[in-house]
Amino acid sequence: MSFDQSEVEKIAHLARLAVSDDEAQHLTADLSRILDLVAVMEKVDTSGVEAMAHPLHMTQRLRTDEVTETDQRDQNQKIAPATEAGLYLVPRVIE
Amino acid sequence: MQWETVIGLEIHTQLATSSKIFSGAATVFGAEPNTQACLVDLGMPGVLPVLNREAVRLAVMFGTAIGAEIRRRSVFDRKNYFYPDLPKGYQISQLEFPIVGPGEVEIILEDGERRIIGVTRAHLEEDAGKSLHEDFHGMTGIDLNRAGTPLLEIVSEPDMRSAVEAVIYAKKIHQIVRYLGVSDGNMQEGSFRCDANVSVRPLGQEELGTRAELKNINSFRFLERAINYEVERQIELIEEGGRVVQETRLYDSDKDETRSMRSKEEANDYRYFPDPDLLPVELDDAFIEDAVADLPEMPDVRRARFEADFGLSQQDAATLTGSRELADYFETAATIGGDTRLSVNWVMGELSAALNKAGLDIASSPVSAGQFGGLIKRMADNTISGKIAKEVFEAMWSGDGSADEIIDARGLKQITDSGAIEAIVDEVIANSPQQVENYRQADAEKQPKMLGFFVGQVMKASKGKANPQQVNELLREKLSG
Repeated sequence: MSFDQSEVEKIAHLARLAVSDDEAQHLTADLSRILDLVAVMEKVDTSGVEAMAHPLHMTQRLRTDEVTETDQRDQNQKIAPATEAGLYLVPRVIE
Repeated sequence: MQWETVIGLEIHTQLATSSKIFSGAATVFGAEPNTQACLVDLGMPGVLPVLNREAVRLAVMFGTAIGAEIRRRSVFDRKNYFYPDLPKGYQISQLEFPIVGPGEVEIILEDGERRIIGVTRAHLEEDAGKSLHEDFHGMTGIDLNRAGTPLLEIVSEPDMRSAVEAVIYAKKIHQIVRYLGVSDGNMQEGSFRCDANVSVRPLGQEELGTRAELKNINSFRFLERAINYEVERQIELIEEGGRVVQETRLYDSDKDETRSMRSKEEANDYRYFPDPDLLPVELDDAFIEDAVADLPEMPDVRRARFEADFGLSQQDAATLTGSRELADYFETAATIGGDTRLSVNWVMGELSAALNKAGLDIASSPVSAGQFGGLIKRMADNTISGKIAKEVFEAMWSGDGSADEIIDARGLKQITDSGAIEAIVDEVIANSPQQVENYRQADAEKQPKMLGFFVGQVMKASKGKANPQQVNELLREKLSG
């Protein structure tokens, strides 16, 4: 299976990763090899096997509905680049 | 050309939990910004989500109430997109294995026709935070209190054919979640939001047209207007030779129009995959039995019972079962009051009017259902007339006590002692010789109207306490003599 460089660029954009032309070329080759391996594995008959959602054979533990977290805003906002009136400030979002 | 509208709704309802779906932070509405956003909600490295049992229980309750399949095994996925109010860069949701499978709800259209609307699925997910676009020195403010709030997204089949139908369905879901106590359904606070998928196709065509998704509509009125606008826009576009593109559109209630937000092709590539931080959720019989053990009577069942037990019309029964609180109130008042007709009239009349005027809902009525039933009872047994009851009701509303206490304290008990009423009647007749003369000389058919004067005088003299029926009878008798 071959993987197109434009697909790498699209995925990089969706993930907001800055990938240079050179890197994109390498990634295209790497990802193609991974997908080739997937293509090999796809030939295995898995019709009787249930799809796995998680590698661990365990199920989700459930938490009691209790408020256990106290307000740590001052502490949390110490590492924020900009805050005001209790809000985190980010570059303006234009919808 | 004849066009057919096709609508499907995605309803996001906030689940009534104390803490978030994956963290122990509080979910109280209106808290100071970011005081309810802990490290998990902020998406800090190294933290792990742990699923809230109550959110799962509420989802199971809803699924059971609409007769849907409850999935014994469900899986959480990551829905990836970038937005500043989504700190992790993904929303935890459920794609392939939602907790609630197909179910259905019945709606009653305006002409009384019953229609089944399919519910494709309902899945658990977390809410995002809130962006405040007011000017913070050219920056956007982010409040993450809402991030991680548990939501149940209820997805319908494209089974609705008009904006009105969509509103009836949305109201039905709203009624169900509120009856169950699964959500407070508060639309102003964002606890109940609708997205509408709207398309049009030539009438008779099987294949669906291209749909536009209308986002984040937070009132039933706007839902109807947004869909109507969108349907017109699409028909006009196609008839002018254009083509509807699949996209997300935002309804602007100020301008009453929808406009394009972003093209779906790119923005909707969410690259879902199973969240490795969360294990599959497996529910056993005990969990499900426990979740549905105290499922309340559902609105449709209750409406039918009100019709049968109280002999109410479908209209009255539907109104009175509109919310669980109203239905409870009516049922208590009618049971204590012992008179259905009076209870219906007074709950929908005097009480509703007073609540409306004060801007209160039934749950915060200053007159409790028990007290109200006490008032109905005293009207039903003729202790007081309807007119006096209004006075008693006002006193109850101001917190002066129960109906009986007010009636006693103010001496409002209706005079049914015929001797006492007769004395007043005699006095009125003696004081009005001219009117008596006129009455006696008048034609028989004019007399009933003229009787009103005497009734008014007697009621005035008795301060409204004389039993009106007895007054009428006595007056007729004495005046004819």
